[in-house]
Amino acid sequence: MKHRLVLLLFCTVCMLALTACHGSRGLDAFVIPETFDTSREYEITFWAKNDTNMTQTEIYQQAIDGFEALYPNVHVNLRLYTNYGVIYNDVITNLATGTAPNVCITYPDHIATYLSGVNTVVPLDALMAHEKYGLGGSEVRFDAPTQAEIIPKYLAEGVIGDAQYALPYMRSSEACYINKTYVEALGYDIPDILTWDYIWEVSEAAVKKNADGIYEVNGQDVMIPFIYKSTDNMMIQYLAQAGAGYSTADGEILLFNDETERFLYEISSHVETGAFSTFKISSYPANFLNAGQCIFAIDSTAGATWMGSDAPLVDIAEEKIVRFETVVRPIPQLDPENPVMISQGPSVCVFNKADPQEVLASWLFTQYLLTNEVQIAYAQTEGYVPVTQKALDDPDYIDYMSRAGEDNDLYYDIKIAASRLALDYTENTFVTAVYNGSASLRDAAGQMIENTAKATRRKQAVDDAFMDKLQTDITALYRLNEARGSAMETKDLGPLPVGAKALLGAVGAVWVLILLYLAQNTIRTRLRADAKNAKK
Amino acid sequence: MKKVIALLLACVLAFAMVACGGGEKPDVKGEGVMTYAEYAAAALDTEVTIEAYVQAKQGWWEKEGVGVATIYTQDKEGAYFIYEMPISNEDYNKLTAGTKIKVKGFKAEWSGEVEIIDATYEILEGNWVAPAADATAWLGTDELIKHQNEFVAFKGATIVASTDANGAEHAFMYNWDGSGSQGNDVYFNAMIGGQTYTFTIESYLTGADTEVYKAAEALAIGDVIDMEGFLYWYDGANPHITKITKAQ
Repeated sequence: MKHRLVLLLFCTVCMLALTACHGSRGLDAFVIPETFDTSREYEITFWAKNDTNMTQTEIYQQAIDGFEALYPNVHVNLRLYTNYGVIYNDVITNLATGTAPNVCITYPDHIATYLSGVNTVVPLDALMAHEKYGLGGSEVRFDAPTQAEIIPKYLAEGVIGDAQYALPYMRSSEACYINKTYVEALGYDIPDILTWDYIWEVSEAAVKKNADGIYEVNGQDVMIPFIYKSTDNMMIQYLAQAGAGYSTADGEILLFNDETERFLYEISSHVETGAFSTFKISSYPANFLNAGQCIFAIDSTAGATWMGSDAPLVDIAEEKIVRFETVVRPIPQLDPENPVMISQGPSVCVFNKADPQEVLASWLFTQYLLTNEVQIAYAQTEGYVPVTQKALDDPDYIDYMSRAGEDNDLYYDIKIAASRLALDYTENTFVTAVYNGSASLRDAAGQMIENTAKATRRKQAVDDAFMDKLQTDITALYRLNEARGSAMETKDLGPLPVGAKALLGAVGAVWVLILLYLAQNTIRTRLRADAKNAKK
Repeated sequence: MKKVIALLLACVLAFAMVACGGGEKPDVKGEGVMTYAEYAAAALDTEVTIEAYVQAKQGWWEKEGVGVATIYTQDKEGAYFIYEMPISNEDYNKLTAGTKIKVKGFKAEWSGEVEIIDATYEILEGNWVAPAADATAWLGTDELIKHQNEFVAFKGATIVASTDANGAEHAFMYNWDGSGSQGNDVYFNAMIGGQTYTFTIESYLTGADTEVYKAAEALAIGDVIDMEGFLYWYDGANPHITKITKAQ
């Protein structure tokens, strides 16, 4: 009886272990169903990012309402974020617990990390090309763009390895928002293309103070002439302009080079005089610009509605806003004849689920985000540009772009100028290589500037020894010397799932039972032997 | 007898003077530790060392694989905001209201908020929880900023409408412009002494499951409330409210 019980227990544990092992290798690869089963109800979650902009929130909701009207059996739950980094962290955490969203606004850099799990993100190539449910497919219930109508350059940005894992949702670049009034007061004109030499020279001219410590140019006790929002972009774009290394396509890190060091020394010299600072150190460039305390504010074109005396979105007290003329220019260049700038903006990916029908519903919603209705409405909220030629050619969009300055809301001139800049320079944009770990390298590039600026402000020596230590510290902090492909291991994946805990407990239990069984057999054998010996 | 009465009166007077002189006796600081006055006078971007008592903490999280937390601390002279201090989860859990810590870092300012960044810490013996100082009369005066980051109270505030980006009026909004949803920071406007001020329920400090968050979600225009919270700064006073009660 006891033997049978032990055997039964052992078999049960083995079966459980096998089941758990099956689960631990991840979901099966997604296979497109023959047909979309509309007799069933689907609930999908959509994690979206907005720029703390209520209109964007409303457009997401309108998109959901429009989609649900066409597909009444699909219900989309919206979760809003205002920060890509938080989305990234939450996705990582939820992947570990099998609760990742269905559809997510994100960056390709982040998707590369998500892909270190098995079948986590759905490759979109087959879905895009599917006759019935693909882009503009025969069974799609809305006027979707065809694959050929997505701007090829933007579409290519979602290719990771040899598959398409992201669709572009919106695109933007960076722009320099300039207080023209102050630049001219300093005796300078503003060229069509700024150079780094120019922006440093004017910034240095702007930090001159009167005898009473008040800045000459603005008559205030605060003036930071040049503030950069995203220092990772600052470094990456500078290196691209200089033709210097950053990383190779397969993840070899080239960031630590002579050009990087030279740029850091340059930055340090302007931090020292007070001519330059960063968002992380001081605050939002727009707040300083609008208060007349900054002359060159570099931020995304998707931050345009915050820039200028008449900006529709403002984050400082009304009485602090000063009147000045704002102009928008591309970021500073090393070679004005060949401007180079980054392409950025949200992309969208679809997470894999056990139910292929649920994934298909998610894909259809993703495709809906590329319709003209959603594309044009969202692009109008900021200095974004639509990602489809279909939307760019739409008369409504052409009309919108032609009406700059008609009001300080929908037709805010700085916003439309920023969109125009992003459109005009599309062919001058680039993206960095995407691989598991590329997000960390991007952070590292920005942190080198932040650390250099902080050290300078703290009167620490910025010299060769500092540069050596900076490289060592940054390499350690961002684990840049680890083999690419291990980014998932750097994250806290939270407590073990209940199934895994049960499995480990069961494995431990079975070992205990086996040992007990063996011990019992050994003791019995010895006792029998002893009894036999005693009889002898 | 008269001598006894005179002595008693003298004692009472002496105690009263101590009480009038700013409340509790300042802490004796350890060697190399700044008084609050020295900290306040220190230039930005210089190294500072302080001893203070934890009053509240925002959530612990991992930044680039390193655990960090933002902590509201105060001693009997003033308050110190410790931003994203690297700390293990184990030590973070040891920090409760009143825990004394020594912090070494750099003084910085971000959008007017004076804080200590790039900090290291040591947990010390000692415990003190700051009472909420009534800051109602300081609103709109130069006195307010002198109490930046302190635990304070505002009394008799009347909820007035907050207007979202579409012009709709609300008693409170998720995010400053109404663009957020439950779980985001809650903003509301309240009138005190004829002036309107904005107050925030900081979700990293008091999330959607806390009493104060729910109390903010239950606010109605015209409600008269008393509040407690920390006098955070963002281009002006932006108190992080931790308690809301309906005024009697």
